[in-house]
Amino acid sequence: MAAVHEPLSPLSVPDASRRALWLHVLLTVGALIVGGWAFWNGFFFLRDTGTPKLVGAAVAVVWAAGTLTLFFFAATRIVEYLPLRWATRLQPFVFIGPAIAMVFYFLALPTARTFVSSLFNRDGSQFVGLGNYLTLFTAPAMLVTFRNNLMWLVFGASFTVILGLAVAALADRSRFERTAKAIVFMPMAISLVGAGVIWKFVYAVRDVSDPQIGLLNAIVIAFGGEPQAWIAQLQPWNNLFLIVIVVWAQTGFAMVLFSAALKGVSGEMIEAARVDGAGEVRIFFQIMIPAIKGTIITVAATVIIFTLKIFDVVIVMTGGQYGTDVIATQFYNQYFVNRNFGLGSAIAIVLLVAVVPVMIYNLRQLRRNERS
Amino acid sequence: MNSGPVRGRLPDIVINGTLLIVCLLWLVPTFGLFVSSFRTRDDVLTTGWWTVVPHREWVTTSTVPLPDGDRNGTMDVAGVSGTFATLRQGVVTPDGKRVVWVGNKRLGRIEVQDQEWSGLPAFTLENYFDVLTGKTYEITDTDGVKHTFKGDNLAGAFLNSMAVTIPAVVIPVVIAAFAAYGFAWMRFPGRKTLFAVVVALLVVPLQIALVPVLSDYVRLQLNGTYLAVWLAHAGFGIPLAIYLLYNFISALPRDIMESAVVDGASHLAIFFRLIIPLAAPALASYAIFQFLWVWNDYLVALIFIGSQPDVQVLTMRLAEIVGSRGDDWHLLTAGAFISMTLPLAVFFTLQRYFVRGLLAGSVKS
Repeated sequence: MAAVHEPLSPLSVPDASRRALWLHVLLTVGALIVGGWAFWNGFFFLRDTGTPKLVGAAVAVVWAAGTLTLFFFAATRIVEYLPLRWATRLQPFVFIGPAIAMVFYFLALPTARTFVSSLFNRDGSQFVGLGNYLTLFTAPAMLVTFRNNLMWLVFGASFTVILGLAVAALADRSRFERTAKAIVFMPMAISLVGAGVIWKFVYAVRDVSDPQIGLLNAIVIAFGGEPQAWIAQLQPWNNLFLIVIVVWAQTGFAMVLFSAALKGVSGEMIEAARVDGAGEVRIFFQIMIPAIKGTIITVAATVIIFTLKIFDVVIVMTGGQYGTDVIATQFYNQYFVNRNFGLGSAIAIVLLVAVVPVMIYNLRQLRRNERS
Repeated sequence: MNSGPVRGRLPDIVINGTLLIVCLLWLVPTFGLFVSSFRTRDDVLTTGWWTVVPHREWVTTSTVPLPDGDRNGTMDVAGVSGTFATLRQGVVTPDGKRVVWVGNKRLGRIEVQDQEWSGLPAFTLENYFDVLTGKTYEITDTDGVKHTFKGDNLAGAFLNSMAVTIPAVVIPVVIAAFAAYGFAWMRFPGRKTLFAVVVALLVVPLQIALVPVLSDYVRLQLNGTYLAVWLAHAGFGIPLAIYLLYNFISALPRDIMESAVVDGASHLAIFFRLIIPLAAPALASYAIFQFLWVWNDYLVALIFIGSQPDVQVLTMRLAEIVGSRGDDWHLLTAGAFISMTLPLAVFFTLQRYFVRGLLAGSVKS
């Protein structure tokens, strides 16, 4: 799919005058020196700066974009002075180098470091082998946590997929498609902290003798019921009231993907089924659904990963109280509240292991795409 | 699809009706927040936000002294009779008045009320002023008691969010654009393996990286600075950026590149003169993604920025108000709405690019 370019070397250009060559060298060295100086000093300036915030941000943008461009400029020049064979070999690494370095330092390396520290005790002074993992899978609090994450995963993913699919299919047949989709999509723009505030207000509960200010309790009372503390009572089902928030936030994402997939289903096939006398419902379940199976898996996998890592919603709604702790809140508590680094790392590793199936699925898809 | 009536086809009214219900479910919670943020503190804390809709409500017209003597049995007051319990609930007279016992048995009062149409609801911008500024302000509650509060300085937090977000979007876009070009249009050993690593890292949970990076940051004295958050967001965002941009850049027509090479252009020239302009829609898609992600992020900011109120971003300040003053709904509603304004504006103006990026990022994977 991609072309192999022969990089042009200035030395191979026959009429390159000596002056032009010197200018090139001077420019390259200059770029390297200026870039290096700016990178180094920019780092300390930005770290220690007391300038107004937005000025700092503007400097940072110039710093990052500027030094990177200088780096690429100088590095590609230097590579061009090398023998052709080496130049072709090194040039790609100039382009991908910074990105690979960032990804390596911020994601790949920490995975190994976290794994190592998960084998040590709370302050990293003593090797405990798999001791932290043993604690993790036997402590009652952690078992509740795993149960909750399982609820998040099962209910979160299934509700989101079903609702997203339903809205996409209905909107496809409606005159109000654009409006309906924009409304359902809207929560995608809102932070989960903000969504938490919105729904905490819906679930708000007041003393029985006071007027209720939460919408849900007002509705319950209008139908003659008693006000409930939705997110505190009825454990473990109170988790469902938190899951609703993420379903509300993620359905728009599912809907957009399903909508595009449904529009791609072959019209001829549907027409043929109609001629054969199949009704709308049968067409939907026996033609549409199988045709978009891949998208359903993608959406489910995305929502599963999202719910596995769920943190903001739980912190804002309950802080993990009332039996609503999840893996990510436990991680935060162990690490930053209890300062048990070993156990915290072990929790992070469990989280990583949980997403491995999705990782493998993605890699398989990648290989299939490359082959085709 | 719209080829006249077909057997088994759902009628429009069912389709549109269901959609209407779904849309209401999606809108009403946010709408309640929006309405509440403009109501006065007392209103928000004592009545539901839906009461802003004109309705008939009981208004006290006169107060009657409590009856003397035994208050445990049935009493006759203001033309009605009832026990303390029923009077607390309110007894309606035949001529449409209501008699209510307010307060306790010993020291209460009896109010005679009439049903009247509620007037226009009180509208105020005070909540917004109170959360936006960092100044102290006073509130007098219904009992005449004065309370002093310190403002939450969300205006400052808004600027902090901007200062965090802009570089955290620009840095990964620049770095990933170069890498995506390298992966798409250059051949080198290990290309496939490295790209597979990038794809694998797409789904790695952030939690795995927070702690080692944090300990390095502490050593470099980076903790609590914006630089720390910019670099972290860049690092965490680059895999998706490479993936999205690669999909787009590798699909660009080969002829254009080749003619540029024939003309003697270097990789750098091709990148700046051809790739960047052509890939602008993909760059925009990813930039919007990353903007929404960083602006709405809570965890990364929480870990790397820490507890200094003057550097905290909006999500942190909001979560803190929820934690410390979770019943101050007049402030929470205004604060939450402030945190949503910019992402909603960006989202609705650039929705096209966002959806395109979403589809490129997920369907193809």
